[in-house]
Amino acid sequence: MLFKTILIANRGEIAVRVIRACKEMGIKSIAVFSDADKDSLHVRYADDAINIGPALSRKSYLNMDRIIAAAKESKADAIHPGYGFLSENSEFAQACSDNHITFIGPSAQTIARAGNKSAARQTLTELGIPIIPGSDDIISSPDMACDVADSVGYPVILKAAGGGGGRGMRIANNREELVTAFSTASGEARIAFGNPDLYLEKYIENPRHIEIQILGDNFGNYIHLGERECSIQMRYQKLIEESPSSFVDESFRARLGETALTIAKAFKYTNAGTMEFLVDKHKNFYFMEVNARVQVEHPVTELVTGVDIVQQQILMAAGEKLGIKQTDIRLSGWSMECRINASDPEDNFMPSPGQIESVIFPGGPGVRIDTHIYDKYMVTPFYDSLIGKLIVWAKDRPSAIMRMKRALAEFEITGIETTIKFYGKVFENDLFQKGEIDTHFLENMGKSKS
Amino acid sequence: MGEKTYTITSPVMGTFYRSSAPGEKSLVEEGQAVTTSDIVCMIESMKIFTELRSEQSGIVKKILVENEDPVMKNQALIEIEPN
Repeated sequence: MLFKTILIANRGEIAVRVIRACKEMGIKSIAVFSDADKDSLHVRYADDAINIGPALSRKSYLNMDRIIAAAKESKADAIHPGYGFLSENSEFAQACSDNHITFIGPSAQTIARAGNKSAARQTLTELGIPIIPGSDDIISSPDMACDVADSVGYPVILKAAGGGGGRGMRIANNREELVTAFSTASGEARIAFGNPDLYLEKYIENPRHIEIQILGDNFGNYIHLGERECSIQMRYQKLIEESPSSFVDESFRARLGETALTIAKAFKYTNAGTMEFLVDKHKNFYFMEVNARVQVEHPVTELVTGVDIVQQQILMAAGEKLGIKQTDIRLSGWSMECRINASDPEDNFMPSPGQIESVIFPGGPGVRIDTHIYDKYMVTPFYDSLIGKLIVWAKDRPSAIMRMKRALAEFEITGIETTIKFYGKVFENDLFQKGEIDTHFLENMGKSKS
Repeated sequence: MGEKTYTITSPVMGTFYRSSAPGEKSLVEEGQAVTTSDIVCMIESMKIFTELRSEQSGIVKKILVENEDPVMKNQALIEIEPN
């Protein structure tokens, strides 16, 4: 029995994405919006929309009571939380369940388990899964941070327990830096997720960030959808992602996939999730964390596998058995995504909110745009700077690169600064074209220019 | 007495914060002495925090906006009386 009505507890491009899945499945979609988003595309596309408060995230998109109330008012059977905001908030998942609303994602217990690093690390070590040295528990003070850092060795990285996207992340090379970083990271995490808690890990140098997408139904059936390489990052935020990874061959893919599924089963994970790994140049891999949500970069996997991940989330949450076998999954062709951000590459990527004058979107073969922007749309400063994703698919990596270059050149946004032209430079870069990338790629590209 | 007042302005449209994290005490108060390395306020825009410092040492003369006020690019935030 599929859902009749789904409320989308999010905004921007991912809300549009989920609404599209609902429409294709014949499910009624309810949008929620803050005062700042009343003209937003997700509001326009949804069958119905409910205002949930003022612009400030914690008063609207992070306001669990308002969102549950909106779900009840609209008689929604289920809530899709998107990514960010409340998507990995176990309290919210529990509140949905308490109110007889299906949370489209893993259970509250699983989210809590995935976020409870000490239990997770114990479980995984027992299974023989390599993990990154770091804190087992939440770091409650700068002193505690320094103690853990002394035991694992600098450099270290602080990470928010409440979510990802680079928010609340800071690297520290020594004790002094760590003390300052603690305060800034915690504050940022509180603003982004309503949760200031941090973990600390050893920072592994020059790694590739490779992640595996998994799907698990409520009956213990699991598959993985191959890897995504997300090494092109700035300040721990992914900017360019691709699938497959030029560093991963069939046998490495099978090993990573098997490891991801072992982890998923150990967590009793259900619905869509991603297992993140850091991989060094010798192909040693270390499990980092579970992302218990649909991710920004899910389209690259959709394009190489033909699987609609958001529709699968809805099906599995509705109690359907996974209709795809592992042997059905083959990665075909190559997909790449550029996250289009409202920030100014000429001014240290300073945020660039403001009114968009005009947009011309790229098109043609193998080009997909996931976005919520349009001519005259007001990009407010209250939410993050992602205004769209440009995704391409082609038969192999060099063709995907050519296609992305073409598409980036067609893409025009006026009125605000964006990262479109910056990506053009990345795709011209020799090392990028050869696939010789790691998480320091952009930093090094920036240095070699000056 | 005074030299010409120096005004700290916002580099971006966003939200003005008087402290480095919600719930913490304000970074500066009126009448407080500041140097060029002290962080005087934070601007949050699109989930990115920018720390603002004074380009001149002096005394904080007037704080023109309230904590969590939305601010425009180039909006005047804090007046400093330079030494």
